[in-house]
Amino acid sequence: MIKTFDVVIVGAGGAGLRAAVEIPKEYSCAVISKVYPPRSHTGTAQGGVCAALGNMEDDSWENHAFDTVKGSDYLGDQDSIEVMCRDAIRAIIELEHMGMPFSRNEKGQIAQRKFGGHTKPADPNDPYSNRLPVMRSCYSADRTGHVMLHTLFENSIKNQVTFFSEYFATDLLIENGVCKGVVAMDIATSELTVFQAKSVLFATGGNGRIFRITSNAHVGTGDGMALVYRAGLPLEDMEFYQFHPTGLWKLGILVSEAARGEGGILKNSSGERFMERYAPTVKDLAPRDMVSRAIITEIREGRGIRGSDGTDYVYLDVSHLGKELIDEKLPEITGFARTYLGVEPTKEPIPIQPTAHYAMGGIPTNADCEVLMNEMGETVKGLYAAGECACVSVHGANRLGTNSLLDLVVFGRRGGKAIAEFLKHADFQPVDESAADNSRRIIDAVMNSTGGEKIAALRTELQNSMMELCGVFRNEEGLKKMIEILGGLRERSRSVSIQDKGKVFNTELLGALELQNMLDNAEATVFGAYARNESRGAHTREDHPKRDDVNWMKHTFAFRKNSSYPELKYKPVVVTRYQPMERKY
Amino acid sequence: MDVQLKILRYNPEKDTEPYFQDFTVRGVSDDWRLLDVLQEIKWKMDGTLTYRFSCAHGICGSDGMKINGRNRLACSLLLKDLNTNKPITVEPLPSLPIIKDLVVDMSSFYDKYEVVKPYLINNTPPPPNGERLQSNEDAEKLFESAKCILCACCTTSCPSTWTNENYLGPAAMLKAYRFIYDTRDEAGNERMDILDTPDGIWRCHTIFNCIEACPKEINITWHLSQLKKKISSREI
Ligand SMILES: Cc1cc2nc3c(=O)[nH]c(=O)nc-3n(C[C@H](O)[C@H](O)[C@H](O)COP(=O)(O)OP(=O)(O)OC[C@H]3O[C@@H](n4cnc5c(N)ncnc54)[C@H](O)[C@@H]3O)c2cc1C
Ligand code: SF4
Ligand code: SF4
Ligand code: FES
Repeated sequence: MIKTFDVVIVGAGGAGLRAAVEIPKEYSCAVISKVYPPRSHTGTAQGGVCAALGNMEDDSWENHAFDTVKGSDYLGDQDSIEVMCRDAIRAIIELEHMGMPFSRNEKGQIAQRKFGGHTKPADPNDPYSNRLPVMRSCYSADRTGHVMLHTLFENSIKNQVTFFSEYFATDLLIENGVCKGVVAMDIATSELTVFQAKSVLFATGGNGRIFRITSNAHVGTGDGMALVYRAGLPLEDMEFYQFHPTGLWKLGILVSEAARGEGGILKNSSGERFMERYAPTVKDLAPRDMVSRAIITEIREGRGIRGSDGTDYVYLDVSHLGKELIDEKLPEITGFARTYLGVEPTKEPIPIQPTAHYAMGGIPTNADCEVLMNEMGETVKGLYAAGECACVSVHGANRLGTNSLLDLVVFGRRGGKAIAEFLKHADFQPVDESAADNSRRIIDAVMNSTGGEKIAALRTELQNSMMELCGVFRNEEGLKKMIEILGGLRERSRSVSIQDKGKVFNTELLGALELQNMLDNAEATVFGAYARNESRGAHTREDHPKRDDVNWMKHTFAFRKNSSYPELKYKPVVVTRYQPMERKY
Repeated sequence: MDVQLKILRYNPEKDTEPYFQDFTVRGVSDDWRLLDVLQEIKWKMDGTLTYRFSCAHGICGSDGMKINGRNRLACSLLLKDLNTNKPITVEPLPSLPIIKDLVVDMSSFYDKYEVVKPYLINNTPPPPNGERLQSNEDAEKLFESAKCILCACCTTSCPSTWTNENYLGPAAMLKAYRFIYDTRDEAGNERMDILDTPDGIWRCHTIFNCIEACPKEINITWHLSQLKKKISSREI
């Protein structure tokens, strides 16, 4: 079946829906999503979305940009960061106008609170003076992502977007540098549809499921990145994967930084507030990469607590904040601790450990969300990406908390605008039913395979080894080993077979397709990490502990090759006003 | 420990009628979510078992199902909170058509949601450079209803839904509350007209099933009764 739309957006999280809202009504717009839109991962975001509104204290977008550049460990492209931080204020006000319910301050304005890595200079005239935490994160209790996702879903309904919910994208159609559409499978029937489109925007979210402990939903298998990668386009900076310091022990469910923003503190086995040693000024509110390393270091040096599952954790203590504040500002996350660990956060500390959280890397784009086809910055006509699956790059080597939800609305809108502009002169490219052949071949291979390899076994091995060998700390030996493991998994994945041979809602088939996508994501991640002989942001090489600005102020572009080794190329970082300096907090 | 389950199975490609299938899952512990048990079955025992899931911590609303006779989220229910001495019964949400096993067709649920105009309507231009002001008190009045994750546990547990498939149901009306009580919204009357119909708010007989089903512990009936009061008091 062929369906034709001016725009097809793949992904109905914050980025996809924000783009959809921007498409003028005269163009037909389809949004494809493998889950119902309000079930997208954006809904799990808790802490907040930042903008220098200055509702609680003086602040400026320049402060925000400085923090983002520094937080990125100078790998973020400063021109794009300026675009984002400057536009943040308008973007948040716009969400409010769309109906998003925010918590409010006494003046009735959007309330703001502190969040890791967000600071302002003690001397407003000197950005290099001592920096103190600032209230910049706008929030709605600890359900910010949930209400944002719902608000955008509501506005897409108002905008009469056509939804294809529970459709799974299986292929991206590109010819001679021009995008022609995508192929997607209706999960309810397994039928393949060719979506012919003048423009396609990917907003498929992250890939945290390639790691064992993750805050990401099960849908976070990096599908969009994999489709782009397989279409011969590069993935950028995939080695930069953020581990959030505070995941619930064993489960990885996130305990938002908002808990520390409100005054929660991290403690080791002897009850010491260890962050004082690692980040004397901002302490528990240091950026995530630093806090995650600090936690693992505490554990390695014997100051963690051994859990019943054999893994170690430290504590996040919010009990001193009082029941009232906890119930008002952190109801959801303290509820998780209660439900899943049986811990009462108003009385006792919460066991936590770092959890795989956010992909800084992804599909390379420029600030108008146009997808780059190479490290020279040439773009694919008609193809766009936004949100966590994209890499602009505004987050560089380490994303600051609350900057992702912001990224979604700023770049989702910019993508929508760029598409609207593009559509004024764009034409459909010819496609026919055969465009689905490639997807059909892959699906038939899985359905007919008698190979006997199990999805779960391969997936678990991938997740365990990525966690161990390509996690918070990495080194050459481990990464080499990971490359070997990956090769083996790739080989075995060809003989995956499934029990469900039906066409109706075949989630086992989806599992097999997602596994392929995860392997592609892991490949780009591991090879990027292996090549990068330095430590920067979330990428920490024990054998190369220093940041190397002479050789590595550049973005990795990984291209899939038919051999098992991707080809790596590099693109210099854009530096405008902030010269790299040592990152101390 | 081991647990036993009785799961309602239905594959339209093979079965004429839904039927119960027994499973014994070994080596579980009481801090497992029911979802973990289903995953254990799906990925290790029977790959054809079909259900929805995503976030695994009660925030996306995917895995509403009827567990031991009550609508719950499989990811928010731990084994220790169930009686594991006898088989745990797992069925799809009632009153929606079954697509396969525990997966139901959600389209009528979403259609009803759209009926109440689930988006802010305000035709007065907002301040050019700032937010519309709202007191925190007024904002917080919306939070409980805005917590809804559209899991359909309430609507499908409601006896009024069972007897009248056109009944809007608690989830859609809760959404209407979310906007009617938003100080920034101007379409309260329009929405109240939609609720003030035979298939609307008056079909709610305050039976409380919905509250018991709601995994987000939203006091749905309270919200609906506020709406009833507001709607009846607007009449002259
Ligand atoms: C627990 C948690 C808390 C967080 N808290 C915060 C926070 O407080 N502040 C902040 O700024 N950031 C936060 N983040 C990060 C932020 O929430 C995410 O980065 C962001 O929501 C991603 O949004 P997205 O629109 O890019 O993708 P998602 O919301 O993940 O949506 C992806 C969409 O793509 C669709 N999709 C994927 N693959 C396919 C396919 N093959 N076919 C069809 N559709 C597909 C999915 O169905 C979904 O609709 C948090 C993240 C987590 C995990
Ligand atoms: S209180 Fe109303 S909506 Fe809730 S179950 Fe009863 S009749 Fe249904
Ligand atoms: S009100 Fe509660 S039960 Fe009903 S859909 Fe919303 S979250 Fe689910
Ligand atoms: S899987 Fe998301 S609510 Fe249960």
